[in-house]
Amino acid sequence: MGAIEEFEKVIAKRHQYAQDWKQKNGGKVVGWLCTYVPEEIIYAAGMLPVRILGSHETQDVTDAYISSIYCPFCRDALAQGLKGRYSYLDGIVHARSCVHIRNTFVNWERHVPIDFAYLMFMPAHVQSPRSKPFLTKEYGDFKEALEKWSGKVISRNDLVRAIVTYNTNRRLMKQIYELRKRDNPPITGAEAMKMVIASQLMDKAEHNKLLGQFIKELYGRDIGRETSARLMLIGSEMDDIEFVNLVEELGATFVIDEHCSGTRYFWDEILPEDDPLAAIAARYIDRIPCPPKDWPERRRLPFILELARAYNVQGVLLYQQKFCDPHEFDIPTLKQMFTENNIPTLVLEFDATIPWGQFRTRIEAFLETLTFNLV
Amino acid sequence: MTATARYKTKPLDCWKKAKELVLEHYMKIATAKEDGRLLVSGCAASCLALPAGLGDFVFMGGEPYGAVVAHDPSFSIPAMEAAEARGYARDMCGYMRNYLGSMFLDKYYFTGGPWPRADFCFGRSFCDAGHASWYRAVHEYEGIPYFCYDEPQGFNWSGSAEQKKEYLAGQLFDGIEWMEKVTGRTYDDEKLIEALKNFFRTEALWGEVCLLNAAIPAPLDLKSMLSLMPISMLRRHERCAVEFMEQLRDEVKDRIANGIAAVATERCRLATNAPPPWSFLKMFRYFEGYGVCFVGTLVYTVNSGEVKFLDDGTVIPAVPPEERGWPPMKDRESAVGTLVRWLFEHPFGFHVDWDRYLVSVAKHWKVDGMALFLNRGCPLMNTGLQDSKRALQEAGVPSTIYEGNFADCRDVDETLIIDRMETFLEGLGISKLPVS
Repeated sequence: MGAIEEFEKVIAKRHQYAQDWKQKNGGKVVGWLCTYVPEEIIYAAGMLPVRILGSHETQDVTDAYISSIYCPFCRDALAQGLKGRYSYLDGIVHARSCVHIRNTFVNWERHVPIDFAYLMFMPAHVQSPRSKPFLTKEYGDFKEALEKWSGKVISRNDLVRAIVTYNTNRRLMKQIYELRKRDNPPITGAEAMKMVIASQLMDKAEHNKLLGQFIKELYGRDIGRETSARLMLIGSEMDDIEFVNLVEELGATFVIDEHCSGTRYFWDEILPEDDPLAAIAARYIDRIPCPPKDWPERRRLPFILELARAYNVQGVLLYQQKFCDPHEFDIPTLKQMFTENNIPTLVLEFDATIPWGQFRTRIEAFLETLTFNLV
Repeated sequence: MTATARYKTKPLDCWKKAKELVLEHYMKIATAKEDGRLLVSGCAASCLALPAGLGDFVFMGGEPYGAVVAHDPSFSIPAMEAAEARGYARDMCGYMRNYLGSMFLDKYYFTGGPWPRADFCFGRSFCDAGHASWYRAVHEYEGIPYFCYDEPQGFNWSGSAEQKKEYLAGQLFDGIEWMEKVTGRTYDDEKLIEALKNFFRTEALWGEVCLLNAAIPAPLDLKSMLSLMPISMLRRHERCAVEFMEQLRDEVKDRIANGIAAVATERCRLATNAPPPWSFLKMFRYFEGYGVCFVGTLVYTVNSGEVKFLDDGTVIPAVPPEERGWPPMKDRESAVGTLVRWLFEHPFGFHVDWDRYLVSVAKHWKVDGMALFLNRGCPLMNTGLQDSKRALQEAGVPSTIYEGNFADCRDVDETLIIDRMETFLEGLGISKLPVS
């Protein structure tokens, strides 16, 4: 089986994967809700951190808990818990990011049986020199809480090993992303997304092996069609692989992204420091920020523009999870930035399920304008 | 007294003074430049005492300004449209769109003249939906300096509180140094201490006033409180706010002693969780025709004021640090330390503690029901609304949820609100009073 098929299998059978892991390793499985959760510390405790994702189905089980003015992802994720699909989780951890997903955490803690729940204060003022030492202390508290819960001491070596495993994962995925700069990238956007989402669901050591295999498979690989328009996908939470597939079938290739199931998840590595917790804290403080943490000055936009240039992007799809205010704040400025750099944009508003017919019309028209511009 | 009136009533003696103080504040904003006064803008829930060390200043709180504008659709709608034309979505914070829209139109609501450009923005990041990004937009559009601090309280975060206090205090020290640098002014710690004393005292007094409304008949109604509250929100660091709040508190006590009601027909007491739909304040007058008196809202009890929620479910007025034997504020360090301690002792508690708070105030105010507002204009405030409703029901407090937008009149269906509320009142056995 090729690496892509393995990634697909894990994504399709994510619950089975976690339960099998648990049975095989005897460790705890901990769900996380935001990429600001320091998975490394959970992994160092011998636990499997897994991202809680929605199922992209219509549902009404969350109406009694979260109002409809909150983003579809936070409701879809909670729905999975309320429906018992994550009943194998031993714990849930959230690191402060936005009001919407915090709703999911608090409701999960209150209304879904769970043994361990931890709500971490991740600073939003990441540009303050105070944030790193503070977060290091917060991680100390988190480590202690995990130790108390599991009865296992997390040693310095455990942390270092976890850092090495996670850094390897990031480096390998970045290496694969590098190949997407080519005129004819050997992987599609949908395949890249599968790779990253699988990373969020799997034991990283196992994922690393698959990445090694994947890199070998990519030598001389062809996606079997023309690259056509080179697109960038930007937004908040995105795990709608089907959408990415459908867009690419219209005659385009996503060559790069900036969202939480892409570069924003894995781009930055942990740099060595004497104190492993301080090293992890530095990574989460300095990583490409999510919009609520991008102040007073903007770091996210220059990074995005740099990516767009490096990957020779011809058009940008800005997707917006309905009601996601943090990203809504960035959209006007992102559009302006791309306009000034002659890169066309299209904004699409997402729900848990999408109106593909309407989207297709708009995307086709967008691709036509891109092709026209290219001519 | 009308045929349906049960209590005597009269206007507040301090009403005129209240109006003067609010208007004076907004005019000081308009004339800040010509008067040589610093104009600072930011989240109104920031610690307004902090810029006081710089000398004469006036604070343009974004939310109260957005609320005032919301009350006047003829100004608000063009402002909203100006923000939308620049790409800000309709589901974003309504206060922010009124504020940004005014800025884009270069129009100040209180004078109709040009938008008052602040000297700098000074805010706090608490609501991750957007406060920090709001003033970043102002900073970028107006080209003015911007500082924002991160407030790690209010949501029952795991881990030690001590390091969170340290983190907050550290940022506040940084903020003070930053203000000195961008203004070129020398910071006077004595002025900070004086402003903080006013700040704590005003907050405690307004909290006390809100709690005094437990009396039957209620001496104040929510609609009037919404006009008085801005003094404790916008000017809480000023001596005039303390003096006004003392006057108001004494007058409220006097009204209680003499059985003077806010609503002469009071026979049903309701409260709410949130700010009102500002474009539809007449709903409160409308429901007076049912004998309904809205006696308070939790959000302004704990946002513009402070109270203390006790573990036994009761709620009492907050006591300022000076009266509690806390170490005196004698320098910058002790002043900031006192402020941080005060903030952590009175957490907002959205979602996590909000249910408990709502039940406490519902019982304290002796309400017959709670009208919870699902405010589509503010994601922060609706977190856990359904849990709150369940908690109230479990505590035996009937409640309903009505939907709308506090700051965008286009998103307020007045008929729907009336229908919803009338049905709720019918369930409580309350029907319209005969016209006398």
